[in-house]
Amino acid sequence: MTDTHQGTGPDGTGTPDPIGDGAAEAFLSHDRSLRNAPGPYFGSYGGRWMPESLIAAIDELQETFEQARADPEFTAQIAELNRNYAGRPSLLTEAKSFAEHCGGVRVFLKREDLNHTGSHKINNVLGQALLAKRMGKTRIIAETGAGQHGVASATAAALLDLECVVYMGAEDTRRQALNVARMQLLGATVIPVTNGSQTLKDAINDALRDWVANVDTTHYLLGTAAGAHPFPAMVRFFHEVIGEEAREQILEQTGRLPDAVCACVGGGSNAIGIFHGFLDDPSVALYGFEAGGEGVETGRHAATITLGRPGVLHGARSYLMQDEDGQTMESHSISAGLDYPGVGPEHAYLADIGRAHYEPITDAEAMEAFKVLSRSEGIIPAIETAHALAGAMKIGRRLAADLGPDERPSDRVVIVSLSGRGDKDVATAAGYFDLLPDDSAEQEIAEEGEQL
Amino acid sequence: MTTQPSSPDTTSGSSGSKAAAAIEKARGEGRTALIGYLPAGFPDVPTSIEAGIALAENGADLIEIGIPYSDPVMDGHVIQEATVEALAQGFTVPQIFEVVEGITRRTDAAVLVMTYWNPVMRMGVRAFAERLAAAGGAGLITPDLVPDEAAEWLEAPEEFGLDRVFLVAPSTSQKRMQTTVEASRGFVYAVSVMGVTGARTSVGAAAQAVVDAAHGAGADRVCVGLGVSSSAQVREIGAYADGVIVGTALVAALRDGGVPAVAELTRELSTGTPRTAA
Ligand SMILES: Cc1ncc(COP(=O)(O)O)c(C=O)c1O
Repeated sequence: MTDTHQGTGPDGTGTPDPIGDGAAEAFLSHDRSLRNAPGPYFGSYGGRWMPESLIAAIDELQETFEQARADPEFTAQIAELNRNYAGRPSLLTEAKSFAEHCGGVRVFLKREDLNHTGSHKINNVLGQALLAKRMGKTRIIAETGAGQHGVASATAAALLDLECVVYMGAEDTRRQALNVARMQLLGATVIPVTNGSQTLKDAINDALRDWVANVDTTHYLLGTAAGAHPFPAMVRFFHEVIGEEAREQILEQTGRLPDAVCACVGGGSNAIGIFHGFLDDPSVALYGFEAGGEGVETGRHAATITLGRPGVLHGARSYLMQDEDGQTMESHSISAGLDYPGVGPEHAYLADIGRAHYEPITDAEAMEAFKVLSRSEGIIPAIETAHALAGAMKIGRRLAADLGPDERPSDRVVIVSLSGRGDKDVATAAGYFDLLPDDSAEQEIAEEGEQL
Repeated sequence: MTTQPSSPDTTSGSSGSKAAAAIEKARGEGRTALIGYLPAGFPDVPTSIEAGIALAENGADLIEIGIPYSDPVMDGHVIQEATVEALAQGFTVPQIFEVVEGITRRTDAAVLVMTYWNPVMRMGVRAFAERLAAAGGAGLITPDLVPDEAAEWLEAPEEFGLDRVFLVAPSTSQKRMQTTVEASRGFVYAVSVMGVTGARTSVGAAAQAVVDAAHGAGADRVCVGLGVSSSAQVREIGAYADGVIVGTALVAALRDGGVPAVAELTRELSTGTPRTAA
């Protein structure tokens, strides 16, 4: 059983008032910036809950990262790769038809789906792969659920001439056969993980075991803003570009800051990346949408902040889905990328101080938003991203319901982090919407698994 | 042929330490201390108690009982499989106290609990310490807790007299060696190789360097774990360490041959403990 806290009810309605949060305003009025939080602690979260054997490696990583971020040559290298390899800056697209499903407020999509490899993940892997080179490591290891981070890691490894090994739950390797092939085409080795529950968290466990044994040659390229310090602050740093670009673009396109920013939260990397640009803007409400799975009341979900309670997993203290014995519980989501029982520690802190709000989105709500965006805008989102879109539909309607006498819905502006494209999810979606003939090979895949 | 000081009082805060007393007793008898690890609840709770008693009756000076945990990042396949099975059988964390008490009631061995940190945090460090002390437990071995994050644990046990066994590794810096030795009580656990638990045919040359560094930082008792499976290895390590920890080999014995196999392997391992001139 998980416990509730902060008054976010198990019905998932969350905080009813989307703006003007008192706690956050109080915090911000003290002139304290929330930006660039260095870690290792975010309030009482974060830290280095790691075996001693790995402390030297994370010390080395931290030191290398601190030096690199202050080194103009390194930041220029990142900027060059972002621009000429990943395709940054990503667009900010106004979604006028989708906006009609969001209470008529103006909706802008931050198009991380247009990056090379199709999601925000590339920002982090390029940065960390460069750090691996700086440390003289020749090998990177990574965990992956759906395969997005695995593919991105394999891509960076190919580009920068590093050996790459990806740990992936055995069940996922079978379900995601095409993504396994993508990683192999890029020269990576994919190791199916048969330990424990054979899911993403067990892939992380096996990656950590590999790291302990091979730390001299190997960098562990963690795929989200979680884990031991310096990972949460470092992964955020590489994703801050999302929020910085978005802030500049929205000012340019609308002449004002948004009322709300929406993102999906698995471990929390795309969310923290876009939030960062607006953390010190008290008028901008920040919303993270977790996987509500089949509904938080069913127990089959991944709504870590909504229903978890603080604990330590994979090196950090944060909210955690755990039973009364402190055993990690299995998470459930139609989206493999959100199917993780932990969450990055900075999000746990932002939730506690009220600066950001976290709400669950069910599989059904996400799939509805998936369909709506595809049909209204001609953009097929990743199912992870569809959680942010479903959240934006709710937030937009709340904003529209809460207007002053002389205001119109179009006076409100919402930005959504469009974290990834949905090509990988076509089989799942086709199965979900019953678009496949009964005897097709794709039908079998869709029934068996989640995403291609 | 130990070169270590033999008084149990030379490490600060060790008076009343059950683990220190057990190691010093072995030292007084001219032996390297033998420490056997088994997970609680494998293959079931009563058998894990019997297996722990078999360790004590066949030559183990200290017994280490592991709490099965969902995410054991420092464990290799054999121990993972055993703990997954224990959890599948319905093992719950409070049963650890049943197992500890079941062993301490029938033997004199010092019984330490090996646990990943989240189950302790979940119960509450103080509540856990209190119950462990009441069950007759000696203390905790904490593979994923470094002293830097252990404030609550460092404060809790004094009143319960519990040992705090932290790990040091070949990668541990001199500075960290110092702080870890100072934070430890009972003994310091020297990880023999960079890796996870699992039987290895040879224990790395790194082991002696880690032990020497820990002794150099002031540790009176340093025990070596990871990879030990035979009396020959016990003898080899006994030349420079105060104790030897055997895990995977015992778990495999319990899995394949039940309690009698644990007894037999413990007897075999203990033939490596006498410190006759090499
Ligand atoms: C497209 C997309 N969005 C979001 C996520 C969730 O990760 P995070 O919370 O770290 O952004 C994933 C993870 O695989 C993803 O592929």
